[in-house]
Amino acid sequence: MAVVFIMPVYVMVITSLKPIDEVSLDRMWQLPTSISFESYKYAYERLAPNLLNTIYLVVPATILSALLGSLNGYVLSKWRFKGSEWVFTFLLFGMFIPYQSILIPLIEFLRQIGLYNSIGGLILVHVVYGIPITTLIFRNFYAAIPTELIEAAKIDGADFLGIYRHIMLPLSVSGFVVVCIWQFTNIWNEFLFAVSITSSGSQPIMVALQNLSGSQIVHWNVQMAGALIAALPTLLVYILVGKYFVRGLLAGSVKG
Amino acid sequence: MAILFIMPSIAAVGIFVYGFISWTGYVSLTNWNTLVKDLSFAGLKNYIFLFNDYRFQSDLRNTLFFTLFFIFGTLGLGFLLAVLIDQNIRQESLFRNIFMFPMALSFVVTGVVWQWLLNPSTGVNLILAKLGMENLPRWYTDTSIAFSFPLGNIEFGIPVAIIAVVIAAVWQMTGFSLAMYLAGLRAIPDELKEAARVDGATEFQIYRKIIFPMLLPITISITIIMAHISLKIFDLIYAMTGPGANFVTDVPGVYMFETTFRGNFYANGAAIAMIMLIFVAIFIVPYLIANRKGD
Repeated sequence: MAVVFIMPVYVMVITSLKPIDEVSLDRMWQLPTSISFESYKYAYERLAPNLLNTIYLVVPATILSALLGSLNGYVLSKWRFKGSEWVFTFLLFGMFIPYQSILIPLIEFLRQIGLYNSIGGLILVHVVYGIPITTLIFRNFYAAIPTELIEAAKIDGADFLGIYRHIMLPLSVSGFVVVCIWQFTNIWNEFLFAVSITSSGSQPIMVALQNLSGSQIVHWNVQMAGALIAALPTLLVYILVGKYFVRGLLAGSVKG
Repeated sequence: MAILFIMPSIAAVGIFVYGFISWTGYVSLTNWNTLVKDLSFAGLKNYIFLFNDYRFQSDLRNTLFFTLFFIFGTLGLGFLLAVLIDQNIRQESLFRNIFMFPMALSFVVTGVVWQWLLNPSTGVNLILAKLGMENLPRWYTDTSIAFSFPLGNIEFGIPVAIIAVVIAAVWQMTGFSLAMYLAGLRAIPDELKEAARVDGATEFQIYRKIIFPMLLPITISITIIMAHISLKIFDLIYAMTGPGANFVTDVPGVYMFETTFRGNFYANGAAIAMIMLIFVAIFIVPYLIANRKGD
């Protein structure tokens, strides 16, 4: 079974390293006779601007949605008010909706505020629709921090922001790591918003990859090289800090 | 003070989720099936059109089988792998990573790769041919419907091509149920299993009487998460096969996208989106309510 799971990666790698005259249907499983990087060169030339677009999108969107989620999680776990549980459920619902059900008004709205077909528009979209998941993860994370700490600080006269800055934030490092990895992966890989909100100039990498593989003239070795280039950043993150990725996965699916 | 800080998020979600859903719902009741915006009231016309529409009927059939196979595939394989990994501690992290890494990929990447692997004239079929298989599967290019009978305007049954897409989806998402089951298995105290063994229970009985019942809440959670993913699936199918010949691999997510943004049938697209939302809500709303009670 493990072999079956690894097989697609093997095929991706060997196909992407083949020179064009070796890419034939009947030799698909054979190792390349000589290693060639020409498909990478070609795919990278095609995808480089989109790779930059995705980086411009992912970095601010990840940071902003993590900060928002942290604040919300702090409020919903340590400053509960009448109806705060109801507020949490109200936010959580947004995590599960099919985004098709908000797409038409969303595009109208972005056109009106002049952010349609821009990375800025995509950042806004990912920050807003990231609120439920980041709030959920942080709320569960902060629930584990003893309330006595907060109570003691309140007696010492610390206020909402003071407690957040001096007590919560220093304890939030691993929470931020989990949320940032999770959002980074999700936003990097997202396709529906990317393909409906942007066109040629500002398209993120996944849209460009889809266009590359959708065109009839592009050979398989280039497609596989493109897929590897597009997948590499999130794959690296998983290989380096997969533990946190899985933690985010579990935190986002089970109530803590 | 605290409320002040959470207000922007409440407002944003209020507008972007609830407000926009209401607006989509309204659009689905209009005549806006043109490039130029037309918000004149049409009643349920678009919904009636869809339920009689050959393509949408095909989509409902495909979604049903895609969801069933996808849930059974991820649950079964995830559980099996979790049990094997749980019993074999030595290579644990290696195997865990092998089965979980696809989750870090985009459905677009998965679609591109499996389109190549399940291409009927190459890929997996080359291996099957080497193993001496005669009638090679045609994977996503297969237009046949298994066990079919006429229903509405379509042939109802299992669209064979959907199985190819399910294989790709299961490959990507099994890691999720594996992670959940592993966490669940770890949470079962060893004393329980030991006590049962002392009482002379076989391994099989231990699984049936202790482990299965204890993992039931996790199974339900995974089922709900997988169901909602599969009901709104778009990118995997769009990248891998598109609607397919005779719509054998089409799903509401793809139809909605194409009819809205390629055909300018905004009201029809909105109606498809609302139907998708209702399907997802059937799974998610009880889950959210149950979770609230669990607090």
